[in-house]
Amino acid sequence: MPSWTRKDLLSIAELDAQEIQLLLDTAASFKQAGTRGVKKHDDLRGRTLVNLFVEPSTRTRISFELAALRLSADVINISADSSSLTKGETLKDTAKNIEALEADIIVLRHQSAGAPLFLARRLSCSVINAGDGAHAHPTQALLDVFTIRERLGRVAGLHVVIIGDILFSRVARSNIWTLLKLGARVTLVGPSTLVPRSFERMGVRVERDLDSVLPTANVVNLLRIQHERQRREYFPSLGEYTALFGLTKQRAARLPDDCLIMHPGPINRGVEIDSEVADSGRSVILDQVTNGLAVRMAALFLCAGCDPARIEEPDFDR
Amino acid sequence: MNRPVSQCSLSTRPGNVLIRGGRVIDPAAGRDAIGDVFIQNGIFAAVPENLPPDTEIINASGLVVCPGFIDMHVHLREPGQSAKETIDSGTTAAAAGGFTSVVAMPNTSPPADSASVVAWVLDRAAAKAKVNVFTSGAISLGLKGEELAPIGSLAKAGVAALTDDGNCIQNHELMRRAVEYARMFSLPVFDHCQDYSLVGDGIVNEGYWSTVLGLPGWPAAGEELVVLRNILLAELCEHHIHCQHLSCKGSVERLREAHRRGVPISGELCPHHIALTDDSVSSFDTRFKMNPPLRTEADVEALIEGVADGTISILASDHAPHTRAEKEVEFDRAPFGITGLETEVGLFFKILVHERKAISLPRFVALFTSEPARLLRLDRGTLIEGAPGDVTLFAPDLEWEFNRDASLSLSKNTPFHRWQLKGRAVRTIVKGQTVWSL
Repeated sequence: MPSWTRKDLLSIAELDAQEIQLLLDTAASFKQAGTRGVKKHDDLRGRTLVNLFVEPSTRTRISFELAALRLSADVINISADSSSLTKGETLKDTAKNIEALEADIIVLRHQSAGAPLFLARRLSCSVINAGDGAHAHPTQALLDVFTIRERLGRVAGLHVVIIGDILFSRVARSNIWTLLKLGARVTLVGPSTLVPRSFERMGVRVERDLDSVLPTANVVNLLRIQHERQRREYFPSLGEYTALFGLTKQRAARLPDDCLIMHPGPINRGVEIDSEVADSGRSVILDQVTNGLAVRMAALFLCAGCDPARIEEPDFDR
Repeated sequence: MNRPVSQCSLSTRPGNVLIRGGRVIDPAAGRDAIGDVFIQNGIFAAVPENLPPDTEIINASGLVVCPGFIDMHVHLREPGQSAKETIDSGTTAAAAGGFTSVVAMPNTSPPADSASVVAWVLDRAAAKAKVNVFTSGAISLGLKGEELAPIGSLAKAGVAALTDDGNCIQNHELMRRAVEYARMFSLPVFDHCQDYSLVGDGIVNEGYWSTVLGLPGWPAAGEELVVLRNILLAELCEHHIHCQHLSCKGSVERLREAHRRGVPISGELCPHHIALTDDSVSSFDTRFKMNPPLRTEADVEALIEGVADGTISILASDHAPHTRAEKEVEFDRAPFGITGLETEVGLFFKILVHERKAISLPRFVALFTSEPARLLRLDRGTLIEGAPGDVTLFAPDLEWEFNRDASLSLSKNTPFHRWQLKGRAVRTIVKGQTVWSL
């Protein structure tokens, strides 16, 4: 049985395939236990988790909060507008203060790439990266790959196509690392302004012609197009984006029947994906949300130093 | 119009000193031989039959006796930012790095865009400075790139150069007029070459590492474009523009081509741009955050080649002290810049002379003495009789480890902590007075 030795989960780039598998297996154990009716676990009882969301987010915060509650941890939520960060306190000082309250785990969402590593090096408590700038969003990538493994039974050898705003996407970067480390083939598709060729050095293919890529895809993962980028001249209009890179009904027809359609949300219906495609049987968008819970439980559980062999045990306290 | 004299200040009194038996290298005078150097009352003089009674005698055998080293790109941070550095601490660090003269950049608070700020800096230096402090004046008011600073007044106040360093004038017309106007006073114009629209919010070299780390990329083309602009303006205005801290291959190639046509333009290199590459930022350590950013191996090669063939004629530190609290923040929120006065000579000499053999020892000395003196039109950077008696005693083979805790700068924001260096100034003499020795 491989073991987990890290106090932090900062990025997928620093993990090896065994560590990724352990996270996925641990998440699978939690999901299985849940389907057997064991939703609540004791493992983090008496521990304090702080959701420090310097960049606002609702769904990721709620997912971490629920994951922590399922593990019986005490949870405190801090957002930028409710914290001293708005009064000019540095991130280091805020975190030191949180640690002084004997927090065991800090879940950090931050606009600045590298902020979780910055904290992890200065704090003895665990730091979980819940998204940092355009750098990394490890639990999102893990839940994506968890969903793929669950639906298709494997990851190695699959062809995964990631479409859209890759340049500004931490989800894409973390997905690329996870998929490559587990032996998948990755193709990025999008406008040359948002999918520069420099990504090829990570070991992926970069393509511009979506139609030619779709027939061999086992998974397509669509990234949200951020409207505000338009002002910065990365592409001429949402209409043109949709015409070139949107997963329309016609395009979706080119996909193999068993191809999964994924999206980290929130969806721009009619921009990167047609409504009907998003709601079709091949779409696993809501599975992703559900699996996010098990994956985040696994991340908290392992970083808190718990033993994966114990998860199967039923929760007698309840 | 005659150029007003560049003023410099320092707080030490002139002395008499005889430096004996060293290898004397004075590139401006074509001198490279074992010999003696004498300074009388702070000025180089012929060795007299009878030494004045208060003459200090220094045995320099085994050492290289050089004209005092000049660093023309230093942020002393006064007035207004004395938590980072002061004229006192900055010039102490300069002395420890082997420098007898520095040119202070004008991006202080308030900036040196008026004669009164320049006068204040020179006054302060007269009270506190351990080495000669020359000043530079802003090109534009408030370093904003919108309207010209009072360049004539700045010239009269004694600035040695004009620059908006840290900022880059984007309006080509304004830059053109600034260069034309500066020509009246024979003042060189230094430029921090950065095209704002192309660079945007870029903070690290645009390439593999910016891609992997998700940090905004700073494309090399954003520097090269302004180097090219400056070449065209130097040619148009027939006046010297100096391109500061060049970081990329394209800039070197543009300069080389311009030199073939005789364009009055020069280029400068900082040690970090050849000692480090952009993979250093992979740990989001803000000690590797500087502007322009660290670039690739290919850029390092081109920069070294540029020094070797003379395309780059100025070595400087871009000494940019920041407090720990300022630097110990998220990567994108940290200020750009590192300290450099104390590591510069050891880094450059180790890389350029010992490791890469790109230049000879005499050329190395020229890059720190006669070249900046010529560009700035200073009466120093040489050991000839009558020149100010500034000397750097240099030990070319001395291997040493730099420790930031021993740094004399107020700030410790250096990526070179515990680096092994080779070549070191062991004594710094300003106007005949030893201001620092190992």
